[in-house]
Amino acid sequence: MTRRTVWRKTVNTVMLSLTGLCTLATACVLFFILGYLVWHGARAINWDFLTKLPKPVGEAGGGMANAIVGSAKLLLLASLTGVPIGFLGGVYLAEFGGRTFSFLVRYITDLLNGVPSIVMGIFAYTMVVLPMKHFSTLAGGLALGVMMIPIAVRSTEESLRIVPHTLREGAQALGASKWKAVATVVVPAAVRGIVTGIMLDLARVAGETAPLLFTAFNNRFWSPGWNQPTASLPVMIFTYAIAPYEDWHRQAWAAGLVLLSLVFLANVTARFVLGRKLSSAAG
Amino acid sequence: MSVTNEPLILNMATDPNRPAKACGKHLVEPGSKIRVMDLNFYYGNIQALHGVSLGIEANRITALIGPSGCGKSTFLRTLNRMHETVRHTRVEGKILLDNENTLAMDVSILRRRVGMVFQKSNPFPKSIFDNVAYGLRVNGTRRRAELEDAVEKSLRRAALWEEVKDNLHKSAYALSGGQQQRLCIARALAVDPEVLLLDEPCSALDPIATAKIEELLFELKKQWTIVIVTHNMQQAARVADYTGFFLLGRLIEFNKTDVIFKTPARKETEDYITGRFG
Repeated sequence: MTRRTVWRKTVNTVMLSLTGLCTLATACVLFFILGYLVWHGARAINWDFLTKLPKPVGEAGGGMANAIVGSAKLLLLASLTGVPIGFLGGVYLAEFGGRTFSFLVRYITDLLNGVPSIVMGIFAYTMVVLPMKHFSTLAGGLALGVMMIPIAVRSTEESLRIVPHTLREGAQALGASKWKAVATVVVPAAVRGIVTGIMLDLARVAGETAPLLFTAFNNRFWSPGWNQPTASLPVMIFTYAIAPYEDWHRQAWAAGLVLLSLVFLANVTARFVLGRKLSSAAG
Repeated sequence: MSVTNEPLILNMATDPNRPAKACGKHLVEPGSKIRVMDLNFYYGNIQALHGVSLGIEANRITALIGPSGCGKSTFLRTLNRMHETVRHTRVEGKILLDNENTLAMDVSILRRRVGMVFQKSNPFPKSIFDNVAYGLRVNGTRRRAELEDAVEKSLRRAALWEEVKDNLHKSAYALSGGQQQRLCIARALAVDPEVLLLDEPCSALDPIATAKIEELLFELKKQWTIVIVTHNMQQAARVADYTGFFLLGRLIEFNKTDVIFKTPARKETEDYITGRFG
């Protein structure tokens, strides 16, 4: 072998091992966090935790049923506001927007994505909490919803952009209007990417604590309706983890596991519904 | 649309050095299915077609040949106004479909009457059935029985029925390249167009699949008017009744296919056909 070949082979081996090692490192960190959470969470979780309200300070036991329901309600409200706006905005950018306007919107969306979540909290506080004069599920849900918009827009747009142009042409050549072509051919072709993006988006805001601190606030009791302060898992984790009680630390771990499971459940459900819809569309 | 029925006489090939019989004037007959008159086309400020005029006869295959970038595909796309899907394009001139000005027609009605098959087969990510039924559904057909009839008829016309009849609900992506292209033909036929435009439909296919499509074209021309853009001169010679040769955005020569291939009137045509350039 010439020196050159040896050199090339060495570089090849080194680079290959390097990328492999980094992949391994990524996976290790991920599995370590997951494993640690499941290990601590599973030991702390019990039926009471899922069904009971928090006990008064100083008493052991009790649960976080109100925070689980609270988080679910907040995420539902966030999805109802953030997903339609983000999705339709993304469709517009990918399919209908002019060059300059799209560039501008895309730029602003990326900026919005970079806004610290606590600032989003202040925004929702000023826009909703102050006029209504009290903390509420509504304010927290809207804060999370606004946070969802940038990623929903960008992931929808990116997913639509990779759909080949020939599909749009094919639909329009059959007499479909541009909108019809987008709705019946382009979006279905991109639906997996779009849903994956939105699920990641949801997972991200599910763990947001800062914007909830002064919008949804917290509550040690049930929060009926949408108009009162509510407990949520991230805020409960925060509160419980910094408290000086062993039992609260245990519950914080359990809350972490429940939060993770909630996100996971939403993800699986979406994929299941989607999978059925796709196979029924194809058969 | 009021349009004179006088034949439009155009100076197509007036090279004085050529024998008289192939020289002279090409007529855009008033009876032509599609009559294109003085068509100019612009991408922004760049003019891609210069004063193209020709008549496309009903129930005949018209082939458009020429080197890459000569404007033949652009021309084809103006016939059903697919150029409008690209920004900053502009058309001048007249295109008449049965004496109706296509440029003033409702675009979805025009595209239903003038169907198109593209260079790369582009089945939708749906089942075979839903692909063929797409155009009908877009145009408002909802009744299942009607759709089923139309899908079977179109697949038979596209010579694909026997191969897919048991798998109508499988994804169109499971088909081979040649089958996908025939599926696209079936899909275009399903809406019952009058004219079928094909933009290099065989360029991505192997010779066997190509032969199948060519065979199909012979069948189809009994009922439809066909315009095909092709890179492949043998293909034009095999299938077409009329052939037009484009060069640098101009229609250099348009005539019966054997005239174009045996006794072309223009030097450029002869050079291209004999492979001296292009």
